[in-house]
Amino acid sequence: MSEHVMSSKMYYTIWIALLCLTVITAAVSFVDLGRFNTVVALVIATFKALLVVLFFMHVKYTSERLTKIVIVAAIFWLFLLLALSMADYGTRHLI
Amino acid sequence: MNDSPVAVEQHGPEHLHHFVDAEQQRDAASLGMWLFLATEIMFFGGMFLAYLVYRSWYYNEFAAGSRSLDIYLGTINTAVLICSSLTVALGVRAAQMGNRKLLVILLLLTIAFGFAFLAIKGVEWYQKYEEHHIPGRTFNADDLVRDYPQIHIDQRPEQIYFSLYFAMTGLHALHMIIGVGIFVFLTYHAWKGRYGPKYYTPVEIGGLYWHFVDIVWIYLFPLLYLIDRKPLR
Repeated sequence: MSEHVMSSKMYYTIWIALLCLTVITAAVSFVDLGRFNTVVALVIATFKALLVVLFFMHVKYTSERLTKIVIVAAIFWLFLLLALSMADYGTRHLI
Repeated sequence: MNDSPVAVEQHGPEHLHHFVDAEQQRDAASLGMWLFLATEIMFFGGMFLAYLVYRSWYYNEFAAGSRSLDIYLGTINTAVLICSSLTVALGVRAAQMGNRKLLVILLLLTIAFGFAFLAIKGVEWYQKYEEHHIPGRTFNADDLVRDYPQIHIDQRPEQIYFSLYFAMTGLHALHMIIGVGIFVFLTYHAWKGRYGPKYYTPVEIGGLYWHFVDIVWIYLFPLLYLIDRKPLR
């Protein structure tokens, strides 16, 4: 954590962006994109999460490299949990 | 005062004696919170995995269940949480600037947004209760079978969707309640003037927790409400 004080204008910009993305993701869900509805919804959600983590949670300006390693490791564990489990459940019908 | 023959430096809460300096103490607190959040990611991760597996098995039932949720209340609640995250971020900034009055106002606003979220969630849950969509003996999804004749819906897997819906939103709401408790604590100490430019770590790491709960909802909202809104064929 650094003592970097962000301008309030930056916070308001992120806030507006998050609200716009919320409206967009809700509106797009009514459009038939086939299988891509799920993909688009999750991509927008991930982009929103990224904005919150980087700016509201100050990770972009944090001086601690250890903090960043913990975050990346946590996401990697989650990836392992989801990917390895789905490699099992997703392929059972093939056997 | 201090009669010890060994010179002991006296510091405020911003620099406890077992830390080298205030910056190291701040970094340690922040790292500790992020480690806790890593365990929280795995905690919620288990539920997201259950959702993923059952959704791949019972696609139609998840589509029908998702459509039965109130998308307008869901969207408003997402906006409420985003506003609360803004007040938290601005609150940390107010603490950094040493603006006690603004900090207290922003913390109180955050608590108000938290209660607004929980109230809207309560309205949604009550709707589900009235529609007999709470899993159990009174569960009845005949209305979904009637509303969506294009897809085949089984009653039992339909209960799995709503079990996951209540488990995930319930666990998230529990985190919100705990978050409101943390912010009541923070507001009291902020009002007492304990936080300022030298020491605002509790506001910062309490804020990290609040933002994390916001991020969980950012994923719950599309997965539960939005995934299957497109016109049925």
